[in-house]
Amino acid sequence: MSRPLEHDYIGLSEVSTIENSEKISSSSSTVSTEENENNNVLNLKETELRLGLPGSESFERKAGFGVSLSGRVVEDKNGYPLGAVKNFVSGAKRGFSDAIDDSGKWGFSGGGGSEVDLAKGAVLFSPRGGNGGKSHGGLENNGQQLGLASPAMKDSVPPSPKPVQEKKPQIPAINDHGNAPVAKAQVVGWPPIRSFRKNTMATNPAKNSDDVEGKSGSGCLYVKVSMDGAPYLRKVDLKIYSNYMELSSALEKMFSCFRIGQCGSHGVPGRDGLNESRLMDLLHGSEYVLTYEDKDGDWMLVGDVPWE
Amino acid sequence: MEMASRRKNDSVEDEKHLSPFPDEVLERVLVFVKSHRDRSSVSLVCKDWYSAERWSRTHVFIGNCYSVSPEILVRRFPNIRSVTLKGKPRFSDFNLVPPNWGADIHEWLAVFASAYPFLEELRLKRMTVTDESLEFLAQSFPKFKALSLVSCDGFSTDGLAAIATHCKNLSNATLNMVYSLRIRNLTELDIQENDMDDLGGRWLSCFPEKFTSLEILNFANLNSEVNFDALERLVTRCKSLKVLKVNRNVTLEQLSRLLMRVPTLTELGTGSFSQELTLRQYAELENAFNTCKNLHTLSGLWEATSLYLAALYPACTNLTFLNLSYAALQSGELAKLLPNCPHLRRLWVLDTVEDNGLEAVGLSCPLLEELRVFPSDPFDQDMILGVGDGVTESGFIAVSRGCHNLRYVLYFCRQMTNTAVATVVQNCPDFTHFRLCIMKPCQPDYLTNEPMDEAFGSVVKTCTKLQRLAVSGLLTDLTFEYIGRYAKNLETLSVAFAGSSDRGMECVLGGCAKLRKLEIRDCPFGNVALLSGLEKYESMRSLWMSACKVTMNGCRLLAREMPRLNVEVIKEDDSDDIQAEKVYIYRSVAGRRRDAPPFVQTL
Repeated sequence: MSRPLEHDYIGLSEVSTIENSEKISSSSSTVSTEENENNNVLNLKETELRLGLPGSESFERKAGFGVSLSGRVVEDKNGYPLGAVKNFVSGAKRGFSDAIDDSGKWGFSGGGGSEVDLAKGAVLFSPRGGNGGKSHGGLENNGQQLGLASPAMKDSVPPSPKPVQEKKPQIPAINDHGNAPVAKAQVVGWPPIRSFRKNTMATNPAKNSDDVEGKSGSGCLYVKVSMDGAPYLRKVDLKIYSNYMELSSALEKMFSCFRIGQCGSHGVPGRDGLNESRLMDLLHGSEYVLTYEDKDGDWMLVGDVPWE
Repeated sequence: MEMASRRKNDSVEDEKHLSPFPDEVLERVLVFVKSHRDRSSVSLVCKDWYSAERWSRTHVFIGNCYSVSPEILVRRFPNIRSVTLKGKPRFSDFNLVPPNWGADIHEWLAVFASAYPFLEELRLKRMTVTDESLEFLAQSFPKFKALSLVSCDGFSTDGLAAIATHCKNLSNATLNMVYSLRIRNLTELDIQENDMDDLGGRWLSCFPEKFTSLEILNFANLNSEVNFDALERLVTRCKSLKVLKVNRNVTLEQLSRLLMRVPTLTELGTGSFSQELTLRQYAELENAFNTCKNLHTLSGLWEATSLYLAALYPACTNLTFLNLSYAALQSGELAKLLPNCPHLRRLWVLDTVEDNGLEAVGLSCPLLEELRVFPSDPFDQDMILGVGDGVTESGFIAVSRGCHNLRYVLYFCRQMTNTAVATVVQNCPDFTHFRLCIMKPCQPDYLTNEPMDEAFGSVVKTCTKLQRLAVSGLLTDLTFEYIGRYAKNLETLSVAFAGSSDRGMECVLGGCAKLRKLEIRDCPFGNVALLSGLEKYESMRSLWMSACKVTMNGCRLLAREMPRLNVEVIKEDDSDDIQAEKVYIYRSVAGRRRDAPPFVQTL
């Protein structure tokens, strides 16, 4: 698993939750934009990482951070309680005093009910962006961005939200963003929702728009894209983009093979000069516009509504 | 009558007593006393009444299966026909209790088989029920009529098949549902589903063709496919069917067909509500709902889309309970639906309806008594101001403005303010159940950044009839001082990530005279707090404390001082011997558990 990734979490976790909640001003859009930038930068690095079971890595951290990412979610064991979560000592059974020290306000036990069972701890830091509990975003998706083959987890939402751990929802690069309230730890049994309901909602998330086939709760938001005249449709994960520019360039790239008669370069990050100018041509000079059908069934021009 | 004949043996001795009327009369009168609490009171009056009561009791409710043993039960009550049993602590619903903890029904069934051969009804909540137990049940009780399993685990549809097959005398029967299967079984079902869908639907086909008197059939929470033909035939021949709740594998078209067969339904749970229908099919659906004029409860509506919701309207006229908690409706859809339900008293929704949807609730549902708002996305806890994400304090206030009869609320949200809660309870002072869940732990009032103490303070001060309270958000000991001081009728309290010191818990234990169930997780309450309730725990059903500051020594002390309490510590791997991570304390006349797994240590 991604060491840098976890490092990111650490960076994040240094900020106490109080600060996080007070950072009302840090809007999600700012965060995610920067996240994505960082993301792009780190992409390659991240994708090198072994997508192994998270868990053990936690300990290389600096002392004082006992985040244990586990292979099993929320469902399974007692994780660490949230709140000032980040501040418990790795391996400590009782990080309570640490929690108290670090985050004065919260008088609750950080070491809480569960020993830091590294192999089994269920505390998961997941950057906000995805839906922590249920998502499978994360590495796989990053990989996808680069056109790497990734396990086909995304399209299928397992009936039980086992999720997580191995896949941190997108946008791990939140790191340098020490302040963004992005890291979100999953606490066992919180919020108090029965398994049945959790499982059900994982497979039947709130619908966003009529033609969104993706499971929005899963960290991926797959949308069908069709181009007039193209022989087949494509599917795109909306969550890997952070603004319309990226989306349109990605789409242009995808459909460029129909237009120009050459296959789009799937595996290459679309920031190299040659492609870009081509894309810009397509984008600006193109006779195609991006439209989408919203939940009321109306066709809308892409770009009016803020990206989030 | 059986009852009278047994009674005669006692009456000879009783002749000396000065009862104003014969005991038989007393028993006949007592038959009308149904509430188990009243019955307990009756039994305490005097020996005669105790005796009359125990002979005449036919239904027994046991809130904690370990508080009494089956042997003790059957010894006291010889004529039981219906048993309700609850097992695991409530926090097991949220995975805080390890699997194989206990609460297995089997030993009870074994004893019942000889003591209550005429047992008719069994209602279980949070018990472990295996297929073998279900099979045993089916074979041992010839008069068995009604089975209800809520939040139970350990069985599969094979067990249900056994019930269906063998309970031939399920006359006036009710096979109620099955809230959730243990994850292990769910997996097996899924796997097996691929191999043989029949396995899922098979249990339905096990009802004999001659079996016609089913009144309640609810399998809404079963994930497997069911054999629709078998279902249709069953529904058609059971003319008294009043309650039908299917699972989401039943399509709209199939639903139409079913509805045409059972116009007398009073409770309906639809299947999946999003199939693509032709115009004709839609017309049929509308027609089908038109025949359901007697519906008072409607649920299901999985994946409901606005396209077909309108078909429902004619069926909503007499609705009192609408459960939309699996239908991700938007505010507009809800706003259009609600005016068709003028008599609504209970409403469950998802927070996808947002504040606007709740405003519609306030406007359209003046008779509303219960509102539950569930989160569609519970794990995205971060609050993003201004971006619509679930419901907020505004929605809460909007509902309270229009629905003054609110008694029960369960509200999941990401942001709340003290003032909003105060406003809500001022508008609705009659709350008996107030469960507010601000999803991110320890979140303060988002406007003032203060703790949410005053919010709950206002709840307990204003709602004098409050019986159940669940708190959340950033809370100091002050909240608990308020609770101890004002919540005089409080019976159940759920606390998580709250409080600043032992004092909090002490206030509650000292002040809430009627407290019966206290469940606490992740709070800084330690031995001092625990021991302050020494004498109180015997008047309570149970206390759960996990991830608090209680130690093994504290628990040992408690166990030593209070021998009639079971003080159980759940120790999972790697835990040290100093902290007591999970403690479950309850009164019992049965002594320590005989079936405790290795990780449960009774002190």
